[in-house]
Amino acid sequence: MVRLFSAVGRTFLSSCQYMGEIVLLAVDTFRSLFTHRLRWKLFLNQIVEIGLLSQLVVVITGGFTGAVFAAQTYFQFSKLGIGSGVGAVVSVSLCRELGPVLTALMVTGRVGAAMSAEIGTMKVTEPIDALRALAVYAVDYLVVPRTLAMMISMPLLVCECIAFGIFAGYLIAIYLLEVNGPYYVANMVRWTGMRDIIMGLTKGFCFAILIVFISCHKGLTAREGAVGVGKATTEAVVNSSLAVLIFNFFLTMFLNIIFPAGYQ
Amino acid sequence: MMELEQATAPPAPARSNAMIAVSGLRKTIGTQEILRGIDLRVERGETLAIIGRSGGGKSVLLKHIIGLMQPDGGQIEVDGQEIIGLTERQLAAIRQKVGILFQGAALFDSMTVAENVAFPLREAGERDAKVLREKVREMLDVVELEGQEDKMPVSLSGGMKKRVGLARSIIRRPSCVLYDEPTSGLDPVVSDSINRLIMRLQERFGMTSIVVTHDMKSAFQVANHIAYLHEGRIYFHGSSEELQQTTDPILQDFLLGRSESQPDL
Repeated sequence: MVRLFSAVGRTFLSSCQYMGEIVLLAVDTFRSLFTHRLRWKLFLNQIVEIGLLSQLVVVITGGFTGAVFAAQTYFQFSKLGIGSGVGAVVSVSLCRELGPVLTALMVTGRVGAAMSAEIGTMKVTEPIDALRALAVYAVDYLVVPRTLAMMISMPLLVCECIAFGIFAGYLIAIYLLEVNGPYYVANMVRWTGMRDIIMGLTKGFCFAILIVFISCHKGLTAREGAVGVGKATTEAVVNSSLAVLIFNFFLTMFLNIIFPAGYQ
Repeated sequence: MMELEQATAPPAPARSNAMIAVSGLRKTIGTQEILRGIDLRVERGETLAIIGRSGGGKSVLLKHIIGLMQPDGGQIEVDGQEIIGLTERQLAAIRQKVGILFQGAALFDSMTVAENVAFPLREAGERDAKVLREKVREMLDVVELEGQEDKMPVSLSGGMKKRVGLARSIIRRPSCVLYDEPTSGLDPVVSDSINRLIMRLQERFGMTSIVVTHDMKSAFQVANHIAYLHEGRIYFHGSSEELQQTTDPILQDFLLGRSESQPDL
């Protein structure tokens, strides 16, 4: 029994320490962002890496999710005679939930893993020590450009995911399932408001912060050579994905107070 | 006169005139006590070689001197300023006075040789491409790597990497340079050229140098003074001649490479 309590206590304390370290990294990064010069070249490189090169993945994810969601919704709704309501469901779901969450999960797998592996490799070999020895603060050089690029890229990627999801849903509903086009669009416009788009973008922004700090922290604390880097990368992806899914629930509940769902 | 430094050397006084003054430095990593109270002074312009067995804490000591590791206890002064307890940003000022050549050179592998060497100047705010190019060329001349500006680190030999690492660490003309195993993994000819380079830098720029090595030829060649690190303490600190004349069995074992009476690390 004592062992059980001891194990639970240790896990709790190490979780608190882990979250504390991430918060401290975030505080350090934001302080640096506003008080020290930005390395524009690194920032633009990250914009390309995170924003530009993630587009294909995000477009495919959004497109096929929108298409399958439209089809599944139509199969149910058509039995009730409200097939033209598919547009509204697809649009609102993509804006409020599917767009930001799926984009975040894809970016975690593509960008979060790369961040963790790259910084982790620099940590276990000597370049991070070299940076420090050359009087360069590692957070300024490695974390700040990535954070800023993520905060800018993620909402745009979420927009792209939503747009392609809605477009694919429209194509499937109109041309494959033969839903009435004008009714489809009218329902979609009627039930989708600016509040839904803002909610999606807000979520994208928050997920960007979660992913970048969890991934960079894992990289900066990587240990024990290649195995350590591999472990840090895996943990970065798993922890970021879980954090996105868990935080999404609380964010939904909170944002729904500010931007309530449904026709107003 | 040779002596057991741990027993006789007084702790470094506060605000000393030494370039580096270490006193009572202790560090435990995991369950292993690596440093057990290091007392060491390095005067300005001196070249000190720190020798000792592999895994004995030489590189750990070096990393403490530049603030890359935090000790469990003790004091370190660099150019008269205590560095223990300083934040990373506060340490930046100290690190501009002290350069370090890492064991593996620690080059940034996504940058060319020229970009690596120019990195400290760029970070210090120098943006003039012409000035940067000239400074890089000058430093590459010093380390005898003329015309290698556009190569990537992956295409360099071990000795060339160390030269580039050295050029990068001295481009801002620090007062002191730390060398972590500068000749390890190099053939004898390249090792000799690195040793001569260290001596030439010392003569040309008057830098204080600390060379961590277990290569005795290198230590005798480059250093004015030698300190022997044994079981976490400075066991001997004296001139090269004093070390060569020693009758102390522990030092003799190390100098002659005898392993019979030494525990495995």
